[in-house]
Amino acid sequence: MLYINCPHCGMRSQNEFSYGGDASVKRPELNKEVSDQEWDNFVYNRKSLRGKHLELWQHISGCRQWIKVERDTATHEIFRTYKADEEVA
Amino acid sequence: MTQPFRIENGGLINRDKKLSFKFNGKTYFGYEGDTLASALLANGVHLVGRSFKYHRPRGFFGAGVDEPYAVVQLYRNGETEPNIKATEQELFEGLEAKSVNCWPSVNFDIGAINNFLKIFLPAGFYYKTFMWPKSFWYRIYEPFIRKAAGLGVASTKHDKERYEHKYEYCDLLIAGSGPSGLAGAYAAAKNGAKVILAEDKPRFGGSLLTSDVNIGNQSGKDWSEGIIAELKTMPNVVVKNRSQIFGYYDHNMLVMSEKVSDHLPSTKKYHPNKRLWYIRAKEVLISSGSIERPIVFGNNDTPGVMLSSAAKEYLKVYGVLVGRKPLVFTNNDSGYETAIEFKKHGVDPVVLDSRKNPESEIIDEAKNLGINIKNSYVVVAAQGYKKVKSADIASISEDKKHLGKIENIQCDCICVSGFWTPTIHLASQSGNKTKFKEEIDAFVPGQSKQNEITLGAANGVFSLDETLKTSFTAGSELSKKITENDNNIAIPNVVEKKSSQHDKFWCVPLPKGKNYKRFLDFQNDVAVSDVEIALREGYRSIEHVKRYTTLGMATDQGKTSNLNGLQLVSEIENKVVPAVGHTTFRPPYTPVSIGAIVGREVGKHSKPTRKSPMHSWHDKNNAVFVDAGVWLRPRYYKRGNENLFEASKREAKNVRINVGVCDVTTLGKIDIKGPDAAELLNRVYTNAWLKLPVGKARYGVMLREDGIVMDDGTTTRISENHYHMTTTTAQAANVLSHLEYYLQLVWPELNVNVVSTTEQWAGAAIAGPKSRDLLQKLFPNSDVSNEGLPFMGYIEGDLFGVKARIFRISFSGELAYEVNVESDYGNFMWERIIEVGEEFKIQPYGTEALSTLRIEMGHVAGSELDGRTIPFDNALEGLVSKKKDFIGKRSLQRSAFLAEDRQRIVGVVPLDKQTSIPEGSHLVKDDKAPLPNPKLGHISASCWSVEYDNPFSLAILKDGKNMIGQKLFAMSPLKNKVIPVEIVSSHYVDPKGERVRS
Ligand SMILES: [Zn+2]
Repeated sequence: MLYINCPHCGMRSQNEFSYGGDASVKRPELNKEVSDQEWDNFVYNRKSLRGKHLELWQHISGCRQWIKVERDTATHEIFRTYKADEEVA
Repeated sequence: MTQPFRIENGGLINRDKKLSFKFNGKTYFGYEGDTLASALLANGVHLVGRSFKYHRPRGFFGAGVDEPYAVVQLYRNGETEPNIKATEQELFEGLEAKSVNCWPSVNFDIGAINNFLKIFLPAGFYYKTFMWPKSFWYRIYEPFIRKAAGLGVASTKHDKERYEHKYEYCDLLIAGSGPSGLAGAYAAAKNGAKVILAEDKPRFGGSLLTSDVNIGNQSGKDWSEGIIAELKTMPNVVVKNRSQIFGYYDHNMLVMSEKVSDHLPSTKKYHPNKRLWYIRAKEVLISSGSIERPIVFGNNDTPGVMLSSAAKEYLKVYGVLVGRKPLVFTNNDSGYETAIEFKKHGVDPVVLDSRKNPESEIIDEAKNLGINIKNSYVVVAAQGYKKVKSADIASISEDKKHLGKIENIQCDCICVSGFWTPTIHLASQSGNKTKFKEEIDAFVPGQSKQNEITLGAANGVFSLDETLKTSFTAGSELSKKITENDNNIAIPNVVEKKSSQHDKFWCVPLPKGKNYKRFLDFQNDVAVSDVEIALREGYRSIEHVKRYTTLGMATDQGKTSNLNGLQLVSEIENKVVPAVGHTTFRPPYTPVSIGAIVGREVGKHSKPTRKSPMHSWHDKNNAVFVDAGVWLRPRYYKRGNENLFEASKREAKNVRINVGVCDVTTLGKIDIKGPDAAELLNRVYTNAWLKLPVGKARYGVMLREDGIVMDDGTTTRISENHYHMTTTTAQAANVLSHLEYYLQLVWPELNVNVVSTTEQWAGAAIAGPKSRDLLQKLFPNSDVSNEGLPFMGYIEGDLFGVKARIFRISFSGELAYEVNVESDYGNFMWERIIEVGEEFKIQPYGTEALSTLRIEMGHVAGSELDGRTIPFDNALEGLVSKKKDFIGKRSLQRSAFLAEDRQRIVGVVPLDKQTSIPEGSHLVKDDKAPLPNPKLGHISASCWSVEYDNPFSLAILKDGKNMIGQKLFAMSPLKNKVIPVEIVSSHYVDPKGERVRS
């Protein structure tokens, strides 16, 4: 079970969080023309990469904040966590 | 009754407390402090089971966790448990155990003809033999395997025992209380670190309990007792025996199974049977010791052949002789320690040492005691069927390839020592890159991945002096980092005998003309010849060899067999062992009870139960409850002998004729506040929200980004910047997360707050033609006329002094209202509604009637919004705005979603107007078409229409729009039904929706 540093609450076990997928995906702006390909990339296409991955988690049984977690998908090492509005270094 | 193999004095058992127990129906006696194994051996019982594949007789091989044979079925306090190691099970008064794997009895076993008839089941036999013909599998092969194999029977009864889970955090977790564990724990504890010390056995001390050493002028055992006693007094230390750390997971999370009650005749009141500890440790010190490994020789599975360390432990800890004519077969000095213990108790052992001229203090001591030692000698084969009677022995050449003349010597046990294998399971589980250590012919931990260090024998260090020095130092250093204390501890002096180099010899060659089985894996019956076959057949990777032969795959996970298997593969393949590599160690290290893993989450506790504030009223009024997610909701209110069908029909009909009241507290409620609240709703829902006036509700549908309907519900504008959203019961949590996701990550510029208020409001739906009359009486000071409170209107009212929210919304399709009060007044509200409603013939109705009402109105619910449908499929396309953008809108342009013959909701009526259509039935054109019959749609929900008094269903049907009036068949292979049906509009009752506006 991972040990995740919630930037709002501190170190908490994984079972307090729910996973939210790739954090680098940007939703296309509302009311903007979006090509089929762009939309597919947003809705469906994800890199299943091995290594460093920026992902979203929600501290669902804690502060309920969505946070960004930089994690190695192969080793589970967590390098850093960020608040939702924090710039990723 | 005497215990013929128990010595007069000695051992750590309590001879003042005699215990009786039964094994295979026969009564024996042992002492408190015995294991089942030691007590049986004290009684001269060596035959405990039959082997898994060949049903060969099985005895005891070890004295603890490594035991491959002595797996029994245990009976305790009216319960039974399989897969219990007799070497780990502590004796208690009245214990009962039986052999497994033998039928009809351990002494005469039918399966053993597998052995005698030489129908040997070679490597891969499961894959080869049982593959063909396919039809034989269920009728012949599987029943045969089930009857003949298996390691006991799981109980089919409900488990009365209680199991607990515990979460713990510590600075230093120490696995194993041998010398390194004690030293590390002591040093860290003295520095003020929070320490947990775990020992799987009942007694602390590990190897110190059996080794002949001195620490600080005390015996090893006394020293360990002193340390434990001191640790137990320290508030920062938790010391646990009978506690096995079996898994090492990510981020230094370790899991430990504590056997709280297994050593007692029955579990004490308020105590759990086992306690599972989830421990998050800053640092982990693995001091799990080592396991002696066998030397492989002919018939080395005969009862009476056992590890020399086990023989020593039975003698020193339990005061039990495993034989009176022992033969010790060793390639290192450990065998001599066992021989010396025998000699000290008046038994004359013979020692066979594969080495030519070994010299050491221990060997000198053995020689001085006059022990018969034969150098360059090996055991070729054990003789005897159910027990060792003699051994064929021979001298062996220096290259270990040639045997001298075979001699036979009498013996009643063979104690084997093939040197020591460090227990690296936990280190390996943590991700440690293990490395092969030539000097000891075994793997040891290498580069750590997590905060873990392995010390002592588990790290391949067999000198006590070095073990204590490194462990005291490690304990100090690790704790200093955390607590910043540095209390220097004097490392005690150690007196131990020096040993000589072991012999890299592990397998005795077969003599000419003999074909003895030489076993590697004793629990799964994997012999040298099986591994040879696997390699001949082309299996190269050790992982493949393991699976093909099942080497190391039994419940003991190959604790005694893995390394010899690797030696064999490396020899045949002419590779060095590290090049072969070892198979992956996976948790659990030892079998763990399913009960312990599940913990308290059983039965009613498997998930939380949520009850509405009106629950006790429902309960008192004969409600029959149904699980709705985690909620308990009244399904119907039983009157007299009514069944579900009759009661729900009555309740639904009463709504259509008079008035009914339904507890709708479970609906998800989300409070939305902020100047941008309308904008958020406008983006979340498919329809327009910017112009909803205060005091008005609106029905909305929300999509996922992929265009699939996520949820529906009404949202009401309470005041300028304040909205009250309702969700379905099932989706409440998901919708809240969904809103939070967009507010926090996608549109943080929106000034809105959302919070769940599901538990803050109790809700009652009042539905039926007389609902307005009732409402007027409940709220005499409010204008609830069609003008004062029109359809989709909202007002606040005073319910006998309680502030209430009144929504004019309808799920039943009738004139209806929903009243909300603060949860604490829920029951008050409910009782007033029932009381005042009496004159209008009010009846409470449950979820079944609620379903009926919504189905015949064609209102969609969870069974239609099933994660596969878009608004069009649910006839909700009218709610999809063409003007504004919203979540998931772009996906609705996918070609499949725009297809002309897109699936769509329809109504379905059986032609005979009698037969109810099972939910899930497929709609097909031709009931006689060959299978698989092309499916046109499926029945999503069924009810008995109270309006027309015949069955009615909703279905999602391909090209549903153009299918009205068609005749199809509803087929349910599960219920074995084929029902001719007609497709009708999904709005079966009041298609124009006049009632809700009346
Ligand atoms: Zn948090």
